[in-house]
Amino acid sequence: MNAQHTNDAHRADLDAKPRLTRLEAAWVIARRDFVAVLFSRAFLFFLIGPLFPVLVGGLAGSIGSQVSKETTVIEVGLAMSAEDNAAMIAARDQLAPKLRGAIPALRAVEEAAGNADFDARAFMEARKGNFAAIVTGTVDKPELIGTEGQVRRWQGPIELIAASTAADAPLVFPQSTRQTVASSAASERKNRIRTAQAAQMVMFLLTMLLAGMVLSNLAEEKGNKIIEILAAAIPMDAVFMGKLFAMLGVSFVGIFVWGMLGWGFWAIAEDAIITVTNTDFRNLPGPAVGWPLFIALGIAYFSMAYLLLGSLFLTIGAMADTVREVQTLSMPVTMLQLMVFFLAAATLTDAGSGLEMVAVIFPLSSPFALLARAALEETLWIHAAALAWQAMWVALLVKGGSMLFRKRVMKSGGAGREKKKRRWGLGSRGGRGGRGPEAREPQLEPAE
Amino acid sequence: MDMASNTRMMSNSSAASEDEGLTLSPPDPRALAIEARGLVKSFDGTRAVDGVDISVPEGAIYGILGPNGAGKTTTLRMLLGIIDPDEGIRRVFGHDRPHDIGRLIGYLPEERGLYPAMKSIEAIAFMGALRGLSLAEGRRRGLELLERHDLAYAADRQIRQLSKGMAQTVQLLGTLVHRPRLVVLDEPFSGLDAINQGKLERMIRSLAEEGVTVIFSTHVIHHAERLCEGVAIIAGGKVPYAGSVEAARDRIPAQVRLETRARDGDWTAALPEDTRREGDFFYFPLPEDGVEPLLRQLIEGEAGILSLSIERAGLHDAFVSIAGEAAARQLEADAAGGQA
Repeated sequence: MNAQHTNDAHRADLDAKPRLTRLEAAWVIARRDFVAVLFSRAFLFFLIGPLFPVLVGGLAGSIGSQVSKETTVIEVGLAMSAEDNAAMIAARDQLAPKLRGAIPALRAVEEAAGNADFDARAFMEARKGNFAAIVTGTVDKPELIGTEGQVRRWQGPIELIAASTAADAPLVFPQSTRQTVASSAASERKNRIRTAQAAQMVMFLLTMLLAGMVLSNLAEEKGNKIIEILAAAIPMDAVFMGKLFAMLGVSFVGIFVWGMLGWGFWAIAEDAIITVTNTDFRNLPGPAVGWPLFIALGIAYFSMAYLLLGSLFLTIGAMADTVREVQTLSMPVTMLQLMVFFLAAATLTDAGSGLEMVAVIFPLSSPFALLARAALEETLWIHAAALAWQAMWVALLVKGGSMLFRKRVMKSGGAGREKKKRRWGLGSRGGRGGRGPEAREPQLEPAE
Repeated sequence: MDMASNTRMMSNSSAASEDEGLTLSPPDPRALAIEARGLVKSFDGTRAVDGVDISVPEGAIYGILGPNGAGKTTTLRMLLGIIDPDEGIRRVFGHDRPHDIGRLIGYLPEERGLYPAMKSIEAIAFMGALRGLSLAEGRRRGLELLERHDLAYAADRQIRQLSKGMAQTVQLLGTLVHRPRLVVLDEPFSGLDAINQGKLERMIRSLAEEGVTVIFSTHVIHHAERLCEGVAIIAGGKVPYAGSVEAARDRIPAQVRLETRARDGDWTAALPEDTRREGDFFYFPLPEDGVEPLLRQLIEGEAGILSLSIERAGLHDAFVSIAGEAAARQLEADAAGGQA
């Protein structure tokens, strides 16, 4: 009676839904992976990861700037009479606002003051002071002493300053009026190229930072032998797809967090950021398709770039037997990413050229090339076609990868393990959970 | 049973389901849960499985018996759709693609695997979700199963915090949480102590009582002998025998063991020609006309019968006879290795 009741319950359950669709199966995997990654301690490190290069870059920049300031002060020494020195400095101060960095700072050489025997040439050769060059003689006939390069560089400005000292009255500069145009064809194209370059670079950095994570994504399943349960329950391409979308989701969380932090930082220190970066982000050159569509396309192309590279990396990583192999594969994989980026970046200004078309059509570089096109050209249909093309390649790569995985990896039983143990010199009874190489690092068994 | 009759049987039951939106009819004990014909699989030029034929009726407990490396796991993986055969056909409940009826199947692989950071209850629910259960339903059923196996206290413990035996139980419960109609267990007894082996045997029997088909691989003869109605003996990638355990044992004639008071006499002429003597006992195959005529002659010859027993051949003897001495020795070595 009880058995009959259970049987009836079984039938009711089973008749309801004999299998998951591929999407449902992928969702089960994606949900598990997304939650597992998001609630792991490692995710915190993932989030703060980009801070390290920013921090290191900031520190290096700050130190470099300080060193640069201390070592490359452009100061020309004056070893003339006291009156001439004062006249030269006054003339320089008058010209400086108009010529900005075109004229050097001037400072009287202390050692020369009241010293008729002062030898500027010997002084320079003795590497005393911190002068780019030294001016001797008089304002009517100045003499510049320094290295060939410095003399050539400062000869004109020094002569101009000297000439200015001879004027009877202080120089009066006519006040010019200004008329600016918002843009010209040349400047608009130049600005859009800058936008395209920046967008490509941002997308490249994000994919490089994030897509590599997929490489070791199946390592856990292979190491814990869960892969066989997954492979028995759902199609392997659903496993691949689920893992890809989970990591894409994780990436978006990361990008969202970094974006919010950036936005917060911008809100607090807008002017400082503009000053430090020397870039007015409020007036960035607009892309051809407009900012809202460009951002939407950026998200779509990032997703495609991630899925394309990710599916490739997932397959490569899935083929690896050990974590060490995955690590070894990281370098060629990074090189591949760089090559794809260079292809798209190099052809950015040659829209329609043969090489640019290669970049547009080649699936891995296509998202980068098309994002640049969105910045440079207003045509929209090409983006719809490109996204469909890229999506098709994602599906093909996932299918191919999962087939390869089933064919190459899921093929062994007990005999394979025994062979491997013998090869590792563990005898036939290495046993599960032993301390052999299998225990040290996750790996699958070879074929029977 | 020929192919045509198998196909006819399936057409009465689950094969019809393909045309009816995968609606499954109640189990028919005559129908086949699994049917494999001429399965071949090679890896790197080596034939791991070479023409395997298996038929498993619905509701049966079926064993695949063979030494390590015989092709058991590869056969099961092909039956489950984890890998595809190079040649041959496989049908599970009449379906060529096992994933199409993934909801009906539960699978416990030989290599136990769970996410170490997952809680037991979540691991069971996740395995149920892979087979189509909602997570909430998976958790509810998972808790029920854990309670039934006295493991409710471990529901919120991470897998890494469980003992090996407990983790194995959790995985087995995950295999059953969606109430499959076919349960496939690859070397399920391996690594279990005697108590847990007993528990697992009881669980397999109770599943069969509920109408669930259970197929498991093993290299331990007595598990197959105690549990299975049908068995496939596999060695070197081939299946030299697939059928009922009874029929396998019947391939070897029963042995008669006779103990007499008298050591010699005319009555010995009545014993069959291939009788062998070991100590106080005579051993010979059961005569075709039974033991009654022989008994009469022994009594008349005053042999002084102390005992006479008819011993049926065990599955081990059948295995030796079918697969050969070498395979049997390897099987024994594997079994000894698995228990140590």
